[in-house]
Amino acid sequence: MVEQLRRYDNRIGIWGWLGGGHWGVERYAYILHRLTGLAILFYLLMHICVTSLRAKGIYLWTGNGFFHQPIFKFGEYLVFAAFAFHAFNGLRLVLVELGFAVGKPFEPVYPYKTSLNVQRPLLIAMMILTGIFVALGGFSALTE
Amino acid sequence: MNGTKYWTWHMGASVILLFLLGFHMLIMHIGSIVHWFSPFGGEAISVKNSLFRDSSLYFTVSYVFLLAVGLYHGLYGLRTLLFELTLKPAFERVVTVFLWVLGFGLLGLGTWAAVAAHRVALPGVRG
Repeated sequence: MVEQLRRYDNRIGIWGWLGGGHWGVERYAYILHRLTGLAILFYLLMHICVTSLRAKGIYLWTGNGFFHQPIFKFGEYLVFAAFAFHAFNGLRLVLVELGFAVGKPFEPVYPYKTSLNVQRPLLIAMMILTGIFVALGGFSALTE
Repeated sequence: MNGTKYWTWHMGASVILLFLLGFHMLIMHIGSIVHWFSPFGGEAISVKNSLFRDSSLYFTVSYVFLLAVGLYHGLYGLRTLLFELTLKPAFERVVTVFLWVLGFGLLGLGTWAAVAAHRVALPGVRG
């Protein structure tokens, strides 16, 4: 028997993507995860087109190439920072989805507890790793 | 259910990307610290260093694999975002077909470029 899933309309549209309300820092990490994902995807589509030109001997990112300018260097650093956040936050999401770092199940007895506080150390650890890589990327960009 | 299957692939792709794209990012963006696979010195993105990596079969194969996994992860993620806007079923199908065509088109372009660049770079490295 094929079960028909009920569709629930997203009545608030794009605000449904962005609205964080008072749901805590994990919700804002979720919004930033989506924004960085879109930014990285947009960059990837351009990156494929630009780097494919090397098959014809055209290297736009070196020497006097169009993309070898400080503004694009800074843009690449932002892409790296976005990747660092997206990767470590994504790793956290995979771990949580698989049931790691969410604590053991317990009886829902009043006053109710939230499992978010159990997850919080994982978020903090991942953000520290993100910060380290963003700093390394910045150092590397400045010393190149 | 297909939704669950595709979502599982999306998560699996993210783990592969963590390593492959992480490795790519370390080479390209922390190059002045690690100096990996840039034997000619200077920037990792210089023509000589790019040709060196293009001459390697490992890099050529991993670029194509990275591209396929990255496109799937990225475009499926975009599809998920768009579907959350409660599109009409017919429009959802149009979006899905468009993203498949875009993904395969870019995978074809990237694969052609990686193989062509490998062929160009190989004689230079062999002398």
